[in-house]
Amino acid sequence: MSTFSVPTLADMTAQGQTPEVLFWVGCAGSFDDRAKRITKAIARILHHCEVPFAVLGAEESCTGDPAKRAGNEFLFQMQAAQNIAVLNGYEVKRIVTGCPHCFNVLKNEYPELGGNYEVMHHTQFIRDLIDQGRLKVADGNPFKGRRITFHDPCYLGRGNGEYAAPRDVLGTLDAELVEMRRCKQNGLCCGAGGAQMFKEAEKGNREVNHERTEDVLDTNPQVVATGCPFCNTMMTDGVKNAERESSIDVKDIAELIAEAADLIPTSPTQDTP
Amino acid sequence: MIAQLLFAMCVAAGVGLFAKRIGFIRRNILQGQDVNRSDRATDRWKVMARVALGQGKMVARPVAGVMHIMIYVGFVVINIELLEIVIDGLLGTHRAFAFLGPVYDVLIGTFEVLAALVVLACVVFFVRRNGMAIARFRSPEMGGWPSLDANLILVAEVILMFAFLSMNAADHIAQTRGLDHYIVAGSFPVSQWLVPLYQGLSDTGVVAVERGMWWFHILGILCFLVYVTYSKHFHILLAFPNTYYSDLTVQGAMDNMAAVKKEVDLMMNPNADPFAAPAPDPDASPVKFGAKDAPDLSWKQLMEAYTCTECGRCTSECPANQTGKLLSPRKIMMDTRDRIEEIGKQRDANGGAWEGDGKTLLGDYITEEELWACTSCQACVQACPVNISPMGIVLDMRRSLIMEDSKSPESITSMFNNIENNGAPWAFPAANRGDWTKEA
Repeated sequence: MSTFSVPTLADMTAQGQTPEVLFWVGCAGSFDDRAKRITKAIARILHHCEVPFAVLGAEESCTGDPAKRAGNEFLFQMQAAQNIAVLNGYEVKRIVTGCPHCFNVLKNEYPELGGNYEVMHHTQFIRDLIDQGRLKVADGNPFKGRRITFHDPCYLGRGNGEYAAPRDVLGTLDAELVEMRRCKQNGLCCGAGGAQMFKEAEKGNREVNHERTEDVLDTNPQVVATGCPFCNTMMTDGVKNAERESSIDVKDIAELIAEAADLIPTSPTQDTP
Repeated sequence: MIAQLLFAMCVAAGVGLFAKRIGFIRRNILQGQDVNRSDRATDRWKVMARVALGQGKMVARPVAGVMHIMIYVGFVVINIELLEIVIDGLLGTHRAFAFLGPVYDVLIGTFEVLAALVVLACVVFFVRRNGMAIARFRSPEMGGWPSLDANLILVAEVILMFAFLSMNAADHIAQTRGLDHYIVAGSFPVSQWLVPLYQGLSDTGVVAVERGMWWFHILGILCFLVYVTYSKHFHILLAFPNTYYSDLTVQGAMDNMAAVKKEVDLMMNPNADPFAAPAPDPDASPVKFGAKDAPDLSWKQLMEAYTCTECGRCTSECPANQTGKLLSPRKIMMDTRDRIEEIGKQRDANGGAWEGDGKTLLGDYITEEELWACTSCQACVQACPVNISPMGIVLDMRRSLIMEDSKSPESITSMFNNIENNGAPWAFPAANRGDWTKEA
């Protein structure tokens, strides 16, 4: 695997260059160790397809999604104002992000506050790359014939009606795709949305992600595909809780495609002890 | 003549009580905050046609959906008969539309078949509700009145349909016997099976049954008209405006608060004088952030509360509810309706003014624990057959908790602090945001 450097928008602008798309990494993608691997897979794909892209680096800040969903509209709008000032300062036109929460906020909530961009979820972007013939999975990719189920992120699926892009991308893997009992419009939440990721669950009789893991196990998959760093955490945790981590991998679609296209080494998601 | 007068008085009383109650509900709904839903009329009519008129979201659950369509179509179509009943009642005629001939036969025949389907659906619903272990009918908020309300309506519908069919059966007998006033008209594909019930009666008896059932049917409908305004069954009317005024943005989008935007704009404006006194605005009322009590919600949210028919699809889809948390989206809607009703009644008792009663929707009806269980997954919004958003109320109440009362779980406060200080919900320095690029 070759190494390459990811330019920041500041660097690119200083060199008088304009990227085709801004890769909005998001907080989980920047700081969470597991999510960082998804971020790297997306960057690999963009680099491999020779998409001129940049990141904001230290200039990126939380979109404000968890603050808004937790009721702190002030903090959300402060974050929005700050991010919009940066994005508009660089005259950003297109954004791709690996996080459905960032995607939803940037796409639907920033325009009214002065931030108008073409925003794509990474599965939509990857689908376009495949459709344009710029990205191809290798013959004999490691997922050929394997049983994969996709967990719909709420803010990609129900929130924005995008059920096709992730499935179209998975379709290129030549794998056996199986739908869970509750999928698409009826997909069950992983339990992390609405700022739940940052707090203990309220009193109940089980965790939401454990409930969702039952749906996963019912399909008897080898891989659970995700499209959201928070879903990824929750499903990884759920599979571990069911003590099935040795037989079920939880991977983001970007990782599956990057592995299938020989861009990153195939690896189990669970760290073997 | 006396009968006609009595009939007119009954209709006037029923319609009058109904209108009074509608006025009360309308006033209650309009206590809500302003929100603009007057744009995109064409799209709105389409949503109404698909969701309310076309029952588009009902069939997501096929058994309940198809049964509901039977009752819905039966209700709407059989009410054409009501027109004839009112004309007959006021003019003292009998089967005023009989002149339609074969068309009339088809009409009456259709009504009868639909009436039978309504009875079937009501029986199935009654069994599902009372005899089967369907979780959404057994939630804590369904105890007492809500369950009784549902059963009352089902039983009433069966009785009304039975009265309608009995009326036709007796009429059929009267027609066969050639009794005075009973012109031969209509077809009776269903009520012919009820003929043996009344066949043994004398001519007077048959006429008594026919007249009795006619009166019972129309009085029953008038009672029903008034009753629905006190019941979850008010959805039969409000489903239409409620879907018309649907939120047309994608489900994931949450509104940006205009009051907050004004403040943030001021803060971000380098030319603003931070010490300037606010410009005097004679119309300004103190801004409240989020919803603490029912009138803090928008009129649309209050309309949703009156539209809710407590079917519980939202609750059965809610991940929090499924995992034993306190939150039930249906309860949020029921609490909101109960509260705005209560405020409305107190207003009436107080000459129209509302001075508060020391209670609020948030706290006295809905607890913080319920609000904090929501994952904002929108499953409740997706599930609602009439486009209600319980999630919208939950999130508006969180806004009140945070921005009015600064009340949040400790971990949520840390998340806020982290975003404020580091631009991320976790305590990582912003400078390290690009570190992953070096690890590649």
